[in-house]
Amino acid sequence: MKFIRKPLADGVSLTYLPARKFKTGLLSAQFVAPLSADTASAYALLPSVLRRGTVSCPDMASLSARLDNLYGARIDDTVRKIGECQCVGFTASFLDDRFVPGGERLLESVTALLGELLRSPVTENGAFVPAYFDSEKTNLLDAIGSIRNDKRLWAGRRLLSEMCAGEPYGVSRLGEEADADALNNADAYRRYQETLRALPLEIVYCGSAEESEIENAVRAALDALPREDVRTLPAVLPHVPRADVLRVSDAMDVTQGKLELGFSCGSDDYMALLMGNTLFGGSSNAKLFMNVREKLSLCYYASSAFHRQKNLVTVSSGIEFGNYQRAFDEIMEQLRMVQNGEFEDWEIDSARSLLLNSYASMGDAQGKLENFYLSRAVTGFPETPETLSENIRDMTLERVIEAMRTVKLDTVYFLKGKEAAE
Amino acid sequence: MSVAKPQGVSVTEAGSAGMSVTEYQRIGERVRRKKLANGLELRVVPRPDYARKYAFFATRYGGMDTRFQLDGRWLDTPAGIAHYLEHKMFDTEEGNALQELAKNGAEPNAFTSNAMTGYYFDSTAHFEDNLRILLSFVSIPYFTKESVDKEQGIIAQEIRMIEDNPDWRIYHDMVQGMYRRNTARIAIAGTVESIRDITAETLYQCHKAFYTPSNMILTVVGDVEAERVEELAAEILPASGGPEIPRDYGQEPDGVAQHAMKRAMEVATPQFLTGFKCRPAERGDDWFRQALIGELASDILLGESSPLYLKLYDEGLINSSFGGDYELLPGYACFYAGGDSRDARAVTDAILKEAARLGGGDMNLDFYNRVRRTIYGAYVRSFNSFETIAVSMTEGYFHGYDPFRFPEVFEAITPEDVSAFLRENITPENCVLSEVVPADDAPEET
Repeated sequence: MKFIRKPLADGVSLTYLPARKFKTGLLSAQFVAPLSADTASAYALLPSVLRRGTVSCPDMASLSARLDNLYGARIDDTVRKIGECQCVGFTASFLDDRFVPGGERLLESVTALLGELLRSPVTENGAFVPAYFDSEKTNLLDAIGSIRNDKRLWAGRRLLSEMCAGEPYGVSRLGEEADADALNNADAYRRYQETLRALPLEIVYCGSAEESEIENAVRAALDALPREDVRTLPAVLPHVPRADVLRVSDAMDVTQGKLELGFSCGSDDYMALLMGNTLFGGSSNAKLFMNVREKLSLCYYASSAFHRQKNLVTVSSGIEFGNYQRAFDEIMEQLRMVQNGEFEDWEIDSARSLLLNSYASMGDAQGKLENFYLSRAVTGFPETPETLSENIRDMTLERVIEAMRTVKLDTVYFLKGKEAAE
Repeated sequence: MSVAKPQGVSVTEAGSAGMSVTEYQRIGERVRRKKLANGLELRVVPRPDYARKYAFFATRYGGMDTRFQLDGRWLDTPAGIAHYLEHKMFDTEEGNALQELAKNGAEPNAFTSNAMTGYYFDSTAHFEDNLRILLSFVSIPYFTKESVDKEQGIIAQEIRMIEDNPDWRIYHDMVQGMYRRNTARIAIAGTVESIRDITAETLYQCHKAFYTPSNMILTVVGDVEAERVEELAAEILPASGGPEIPRDYGQEPDGVAQHAMKRAMEVATPQFLTGFKCRPAERGDDWFRQALIGELASDILLGESSPLYLKLYDEGLINSSFGGDYELLPGYACFYAGGDSRDARAVTDAILKEAARLGGGDMNLDFYNRVRRTIYGAYVRSFNSFETIAVSMTEGYFHGYDPFRFPEVFEAITPEDVSAFLRENITPENCVLSEVVPADDAPEET
């Protein structure tokens, strides 16, 4: 699909994705920070504190009233980890003008409010309103704590933090509890001012407005943003593969075990690894699903993910505690088969079709578009859904096998039950 | 047609090939409809500028349909059987339909809820071929003892995963505390024990009863030829439908079974749901109207911009995880709210007190109108999603209303409707408080 990315100010860019087919417009504004253990919780806190009130709408009641009157426009604070960057900001979604009763225009009003949230927070004595800061800090601590409630998520987090210990990629999206606990209002406000001034800001719009309309609205909303010494984002550090496999386990009061494996990839043939991973565990047609689940009935889910920015593959599965070794052996056996080219034509064909389908349908979902083009801007990878499709169409078996042969086990994480541990 | 005729600004006209075409100008939608000779309800919602094509094939049969009459005999089937059947439907004599669809790049899946089972795929290529596969595997059962036994390990692990999920636990405990007999209290996936009794023979019986065209609806969203969809459905599905299957959801007495329950789990912070047993809705427009009143009441009582939400948030009693919902099933209605909280009892008391105030008619009309705008926006926005369109169409068909008539039905609701809803339903007698607390903080009580 057509898209334009243009600079609006020093380190501020607008990505414009014209589309008339949606019921809504989507506008996202994201500051991009280098991911680091020292600052992750500080940046993660920012958007939620800013979301509490602006100079013109100083509390949640007046903010909510303003959004309600814009036909329930949503402006959500978001924190995302993309590669070794942390993106923090807001995503707005609002009715397209065609569906607003009375023909009201929402684009300019929503953009203006988004601008206020970014740059005009309500303050007290040169810092955030203490009550807002305190309650959002508590909420952040709760959010970090509640990752533990979702055992699959928790196990995936534990794997990455062990596997990539000491690397930015091992840092959690929200940072660690101890760091969040140490945050104070004065530092947070200074961090905010530095963010406004010096962090790259990516704006993404997808909807029916003309380019000039959204550009004018964004320029007006961000008028005279005080920009200086804009930071350049560091390149992603390659993972240092381990000579000996690291094995880690935790015990919790749970009924199902979670087995997570992390692999390093030696090849830089990104597209071949992506396709190889799809074949290995990326779909309900993949080797892991067909064998660990369907053939051996060991689990409900067994899948793999390719972490492109870091060149890693991770495998995730939920199993009975006692089936640890069988599941582990079978996962490794399926990887060996991929590496030896032991698969049938239909397996490679369906991996290819599946990827082509996901690129072809990307233009049909605003949220996916926003995430794709934001990631593209943050990582600097030049692909578009169209070039990715071409690459996948031309992919050969030989390239897949060669790239997958560099996939090597690095870390094993197992979440087991308390009884099993005793 | 069992669906109410659109009114207001919507216009109905005869389409080609005997399909009716309905325009819904206010929300920018158009629907082609037809009931085929075998009783199948067919809906096509065009999406000309989209690459995706989405087909959703559903039966009015879910986790709560455990007791029913087939061939003159009442059958009691094991908890979790509808979901088990959903898993096994993908098996075909030639192999597995999941793989057949995936070969075409389609992303197939299925889900079972309390009152429906739906099978679907999402694809950008080979639509007709994919639709053929979908219609065939759902209508032609193929089970063997071996394949049924093999599935036990997989579903047992799915159940274990669900049981470790605190959100599900709290919800399930609440429903069990609220309803004594209605079969919505049965866990959709059943238990590791209950699924042991499931055999190929029982699965065949359930398929025979509920997977007949007259108990099903096919919805397609995307840039497709509606006439081809109709031709394929007529060609592949059985030529005739089946009899209406009497179901027994249980005779539900008034009042709740248990007002409070607490469970210890591996969670970081205490979580709760406070639920209210409500008056069930009648099939038809009443169902849709009641669903919308419940939603409006929820947002007015405790939505993000409500006075109660803002007060509790300020007091630190709730955080942004707090939210509410209202759900309707046959013979069942439930209004609930919850999230993380250190003092669930205080939140519950505040909800009851605020409901009494609003139920007494003390409603700020400015606020009421704001919330109406928000829900209007949220509804129109939700039709960006192909999945939402298909599932709404299906629920509407099963419960006798047209979801695209949203603007007209919604605008007919008055503040007094909302007050009356709160007054009648959100009371201490109807209340159930379900909590999960961190394992090291409290002993197991449930």
